[in-house]
Amino acid sequence: MDLNYTPEQEAFRAEVRQFLDDNLPDDIRERVQKRLRPDKAMTERWQKILFDQGWGASTWPKEFGGTGWDPIQQIIFEEECALAGAPRQLDFGLRMVAPVIMTFGNDAQKQRFLPGILSGEDWWCQGYSEPGAGSDLASLRTSAKLEGDHYVVNGQKTWTTLGQHADWIFCLVRTSTEGKPQQGISFLLIDMNTPGIEVRPIIMLDGEHEINEVYFDNVKVPAENLIGEENQGWTYAKFLLGHERTGLANVGQWKALMKRLKAVAREEQDGQRPLIENTRFRDRLAQLDMELRALELTVLRVLTDKRGPGPQASILKIRGTEIGQQLFEMLMEATGQDAIAHIPDALELDYNGPRSGSIDATPAAGDYFNMRKLSIFGGSNEIQRNIIAQLVLGL
Amino acid sequence: MNFDLTEEQQMLSDSLRRFVTNEYSFEKRGEIIQSGHGTDPATWSALAEMGLLGFTFPEDYDGLGGNAIDTLVVMENLGRGLVVEPYLATVVLAGGLIRDAGSEAQKADILPGIASGERLLALAHSEPGARYNLSHVQTTARKDGDQFLISGQKTAVLHGSQASQLIVSARTRGNVNEESGLSLFLVDRHANGVTVDDFATHDGHRTAEISFSKVAVSADNLIGTLDNAFPIIEKTVDLGIAALCAEAVGAMEAMNAATLEYIKTRKQFGVPIGKFQALQHRMADMFIHTEQARTMAILAASEADSDDRARRREAISMAKTLVGQAARYVGQEGVQLHGGMGVTDEMFAAHLFKRLTLINLLFGDADHHLAQVSDGLLAKTA
Ligand SMILES: Cc1cc2nc3c(=O)[nH]c(=O)nc-3n(C[C@H](O)[C@H](O)[C@H](O)COP(=O)(O)OP(=O)(O)OC[C@H]3O[C@@H](n4cnc5c(N)ncnc54)[C@H](O)[C@@H]3O)c2cc1C
Ligand SMILES: Cc1cc2nc3c(=O)[nH]c(=O)nc-3n(C[C@H](O)[C@H](O)[C@H](O)COP(=O)(O)OP(=O)(O)OC[C@H]3O[C@@H](n4cnc5c(N)ncnc54)[C@H](O)[C@@H]3O)c2cc1C
Repeated sequence: MDLNYTPEQEAFRAEVRQFLDDNLPDDIRERVQKRLRPDKAMTERWQKILFDQGWGASTWPKEFGGTGWDPIQQIIFEEECALAGAPRQLDFGLRMVAPVIMTFGNDAQKQRFLPGILSGEDWWCQGYSEPGAGSDLASLRTSAKLEGDHYVVNGQKTWTTLGQHADWIFCLVRTSTEGKPQQGISFLLIDMNTPGIEVRPIIMLDGEHEINEVYFDNVKVPAENLIGEENQGWTYAKFLLGHERTGLANVGQWKALMKRLKAVAREEQDGQRPLIENTRFRDRLAQLDMELRALELTVLRVLTDKRGPGPQASILKIRGTEIGQQLFEMLMEATGQDAIAHIPDALELDYNGPRSGSIDATPAAGDYFNMRKLSIFGGSNEIQRNIIAQLVLGL
Repeated sequence: MNFDLTEEQQMLSDSLRRFVTNEYSFEKRGEIIQSGHGTDPATWSALAEMGLLGFTFPEDYDGLGGNAIDTLVVMENLGRGLVVEPYLATVVLAGGLIRDAGSEAQKADILPGIASGERLLALAHSEPGARYNLSHVQTTARKDGDQFLISGQKTAVLHGSQASQLIVSARTRGNVNEESGLSLFLVDRHANGVTVDDFATHDGHRTAEISFSKVAVSADNLIGTLDNAFPIIEKTVDLGIAALCAEAVGAMEAMNAATLEYIKTRKQFGVPIGKFQALQHRMADMFIHTEQARTMAILAASEADSDDRARRREAISMAKTLVGQAARYVGQEGVQLHGGMGVTDEMFAAHLFKRLTLINLLFGDADHHLAQVSDGLLAKTA
């Protein structure tokens, strides 16, 4: 047992850091570090820069144009990116649908879809949830009927993150109503430009447009866009959820945020002294710091386990999201009454108008509100606890 | 011991509750927030007609001679409907301060105008970097002939831009963090040298950053005695905290009702999600927190008018701590139990959560007030 990184891993870290120093555009860095409104062009630009370096997909094997890095290298890369102020790459293509296509798709699908994901040309979104099918995902009703060489899709998806930008959506659809609900589900890739698709915004509690409803009215989808076999979609979906949950631990981002929180605690004044000298606040900061360290090491322990993550992924999802939520909560508490003002315009880089308090106060409360989503999506934390109780503990 | 409301208080509570339910819908509230000024003259005059704007003022000044328990009743009902009118800023804080420290002339000039709904005032006390320390005042008022010149910066001035007059704290003597040497002045919001930045708050209220640059006010505009304003500032803030605690209880009650209704009707896995024990226990804890918070809001209200400083401050800080913790729990769990719906702008629960969050941040969060109680404990056992 050795909890230190090897010299090779440290050298790798230095290489990544150097690359980021040289290639991460200043305006992007500034936008991310000030926690301003994310923007599509920024995400695409950054993906292209990584792609040109050959680092477009840090989690993919080499044969599909990935880096072929081992799990530790992936973690180092993610952490360095987050600390440098790089935007998060879009998970939906890179970490969700791509592994499904690689594992269950045919050669034609791999050739057709993977390059666009890698270069960032194709923006993907996830069409799992429906109004009636949230935690009980298997009860989904959006139907796909095979008619000759295409499926006809009818129904509604909801909560579709960044669906307003998407070129493609990967959907779970019902192809059979026989047997258990899980048995009649298929995994279909749908071009968002197909006639009959309508995207409607859902405004979140922070006032931002990040999620959508997607309606399907007799949408014709070529049968060749079916992944694997008909009615086997649940297996692929669960495979994907495992990937999603590991990603949700988000340690790199949280470390970057923790660093910022510590700086804010030094910068914010508490009457005569910096806030960091307030022991009550500092104790809670220290507590959170310990929990983050425990999460970081647990992620490394799980990822280097030869047996793979399994239901333990639920631990990472629960702890990762709880720690993230507490970080945003403390950032808000650190800025105190300055955080109450809601200034949507100030979430753009070119804003020069008045604000309340420091630039850290501007996004603080909105972020805190928005991040309540972390314990709800990707399988709610209640569902994750059910998984631990049932699959790990056998209750 | 008697925890009952008087007959009048009960009637008042019932009629205000009816008003909020029938006349202040979620949709209407949304329109008010979107409007330019962010408050609603019709709602304000309705509150005036019910006698609520001068409720705690003496009868000589068109009031009803009420006390902090009456304010509790009002605030709880306003909290239940998330009413965004400047009741806290104008009636509780500014009105309470003038009532308790104003001269006869000032009371006669200001209180009837507040009671009738014609006049809005705001309290400009907090300053950048002060956090929750009430004595951290850098704004100065320099004597210049028979007037004062005020210079400095105020933050988190609730409904500052909507008010026609501001009550401004300023240092007339001493150093930044000293309790002595503070004075209060009545300042016209449109006076020369006053610059106001008006912001919406996340919960649909309004706040302002206000700077004062050599703003001239006459000596008549001094409220209370020179250099001795700290006790009255502290007492006014305590009245505000007691009111916020009551408002939070109303909002928590509304959150519990909305969440209970939701988990009884939302079905997953073939059953209402309220059948899952994991959620039942959370709902039970939300209920427990709310009842404890209600008790503490009553404690705060019954001590808020007291001139026994130590006793009053202890009750207020205990209440703000426990109510703040309850508000956090009820707010977060209320959202969580709504699933995805809980983080959408269209759900009342999301707005209750935001108000509950901001109430915790105003005039000292749970941490700050825990520290007050903790320091008091140390002093008592010394
Ligand atoms: C911001 C955001 C973005 C999202 N993005 C996407 C996306 O891009 N694509 C996509 O497909 N989906 C997305 N989702 C959907 C997300 O996966 C669902 O919201 C989630 O599965 C919960 O479903 P629900 O909202 O219907 O809540 P419900 O399932 O109705 O749950 C309500 C409450 O009941 C609890 N509950 C339910 N069942 C049980 C049980 N058996 N035991 C105990 N408690 C239970 C839940 O934990 C929750 O607290 C997103 C959601 C949000 C909020
Ligand atoms: C010190 C002591 C004094 C007592 N005095 C008396 C007495 O004077 N008179 C008397 O009649 N009894 C008395 N009891 C017994 C007490 O009422 C029982 O212990 C209690 O009802 C729990 O039953 P159990 O011990 O069989 O535990 P179990 O019922 O087996 O419960 C074990 C655990 O499961 C939990 N659990 C059980 N059912 C549920 C459920 N539906 N949902 C969620 N969780 C559940 C329990 O909370 C507990 O944590 C006493 C017990 C103790 C420890």
